[in-house]
Amino acid sequence: MLNSKSIFIKESTLTSADGDQRQFIRTALGGYYKNRDIYQARYRNWELARDAASLAKWSAVNNLAEVLEKFVAKFESNGGKVHWARDAAEARKIILDLVAKANATAVIKSKCMTTEEIHLNDALEKAGFGVVESDLGEFIQQLRGEAPYHFVFPCMHLKREAISELFTKHLGTAPTDSPEELTMIARKHLRKLYITADVGITGANFLVADTGQISITENEGNARLTAAMPRVHIALSGIEKVINTIDDLTVLLPMLATAGAGQPMTCYNTLYAGPKKPGELDGPEEFHLVLLDNARTQILADPEQRDSLHCIRCGACLNVCPIFKNIGGHAYGTTYQGPIGSVITPHLRGLKDWNHLSGASSLCGACTDACPVRIDLHHHLLQNRRNAVKVVPNLFDRVFHGTFNFVIQRPALFSLGGKVFRKTFGLLKHLPLPYLGTWLKSRDLPAIPPKSFREAWKDSKNV
Amino acid sequence: MSEARKEIMGRIREALKTPSPKPHLKGESSKVAGKAWLPEVGDTDAETMALLSDNLAKLKASFHPVENLDQAIALVKDLAQKKNWKNIAYHKNELVTPVALAIAGNAWAVDEAFSKDKLEAADVGLTSCVSIVAQFGAILVSSETSGGRGLSILPPVHVVIAKADQVVPDLAACFAQINVQFGGKMPSMLSFITGPSRTGDIERILVLGAHGPKELYLILVR
Repeated sequence: MLNSKSIFIKESTLTSADGDQRQFIRTALGGYYKNRDIYQARYRNWELARDAASLAKWSAVNNLAEVLEKFVAKFESNGGKVHWARDAAEARKIILDLVAKANATAVIKSKCMTTEEIHLNDALEKAGFGVVESDLGEFIQQLRGEAPYHFVFPCMHLKREAISELFTKHLGTAPTDSPEELTMIARKHLRKLYITADVGITGANFLVADTGQISITENEGNARLTAAMPRVHIALSGIEKVINTIDDLTVLLPMLATAGAGQPMTCYNTLYAGPKKPGELDGPEEFHLVLLDNARTQILADPEQRDSLHCIRCGACLNVCPIFKNIGGHAYGTTYQGPIGSVITPHLRGLKDWNHLSGASSLCGACTDACPVRIDLHHHLLQNRRNAVKVVPNLFDRVFHGTFNFVIQRPALFSLGGKVFRKTFGLLKHLPLPYLGTWLKSRDLPAIPPKSFREAWKDSKNV
Repeated sequence: MSEARKEIMGRIREALKTPSPKPHLKGESSKVAGKAWLPEVGDTDAETMALLSDNLAKLKASFHPVENLDQAIALVKDLAQKKNWKNIAYHKNELVTPVALAIAGNAWAVDEAFSKDKLEAADVGLTSCVSIVAQFGAILVSSETSGGRGLSILPPVHVVIAKADQVVPDLAACFAQINVQFGGKMPSMLSFITGPSRTGDIERILVLGAHGPKELYLILVR
């Protein structure tokens, strides 16, 4: 069986060679860059806003026990029920039991990456519950039987023709090349499902401790409908989503939208406190929240990378990442793509099998600059590389660096070594050496100059 | 307390025994009064109103400031005729009811029990709101005071009727006001509506009316 690293290398080689697709992704992101710049410029001081957002998350994550306890007490006093899941399997079991208890025949879902993380749809389907994704991008990906390409823009890799064909095949609709008509097909198809579904499943963007509300950010209105129409509302959230006060949202809601999608605020930002209250006209009878650990406490235990729990999943780091733009989202093979995915996946799934993602970085720091909550992303990639050496010792690296270290400290040896290297380089190129061979497959090396810098310097003085 | 809860809380407490340094900050945002690093709010009422108008236009929401309730009624009557609104769902409210009842056709209040299918068939949802945030052009509705959860999201057109004094400059003022208005008892849903429902999922091209309303009207009575 292929391991995650060889799949990554194979996939990224294929996608990065597809010039048309790369150009398509660049064009799609072009509109985002333009709008992001417009709305970022409307902040009187974007850097101070980043400071405030970073501090809001930092103070919650570093007092997680107290803030979480406070949130849970308040959430339950609002009439919601909290369930705790140590890992993905436990979360799946809790949700399956809730769905079964609700005697559900139909389940509707809004976009939630945490449900992707625990592979909830598979589990629901295997248990015999039909589940339909209602976010347009997720709906398309579900029909394709494919994971999201980007955790904010799930089907950004698809051209309208492909989506039209998909709808013709599965929904029997007439072909069209209009994004508007395609959107209306999905709208029409899903509307009845909101009404007939017994259970609605959503994620959560923020858990507000002082009011006991969960906050959901979206654009389409599908999460609003998912939490309004079905009899039972189940939300799944990582424990790190908690924030201290509702006032923190004054900076987090707009920054999530601007950094993530180039919007001032997304279309719907909704706070839920419990099920339908006495006197209210509609809404679910039950409101359940599943709080998931699934290795988040392991990240918490690493003070160096603890700030990766500040992530608000805006996707800004993917949108600016030269690696993401060239290899695309599927090559990663992870739930969370791009720089943040490369930082946290080794924690979620093991450094041994996923450290190669940290190597897939130019360390340009564009991700760190883009992050609205100031996660030190590119340094974390470096730390992962360092930590990986302890988990997966690399004999070649060790011998190579040991030799280099020894030689560089001895000028005579360095000079001799340089001479030998220059003479034998022509041959070296043809040997199956690690790294060099892969590098040279698609690149040429310039000719090695006949003299070293020191020799050339000495000669110039003698003239 | 569940086994899982105990264990997760234990892991958290253990993990946090080692502190992590404060993030690298560029300044002291907390020392800037009024969060004056967020987008503009306008210094005067006139500026705030101009900002709101500009934001709503950019969001492709339809903004109609009017002088009094009679003008609001005339405006909605006119719109109903032009757009062929026949089936209007509304909730009983001092601003909303007179407008709804003035429209020819079938206006019905969601305050009595209704079926989801009936609401789905409505042409328009007519609601009040809690407040309007000028800084972003966001309209806040609640499940307690704006006709429940479905009325403002299920019908394809959403018309909001509000008073000019419901406009607040920014989110901070909005949250402060919510705390006063609802005290510790939050409605089960509070939702900021920032323009008509939208998606960019297909080739990142903007399409309005993904699942929620395709058209959003704000009628502001002075």
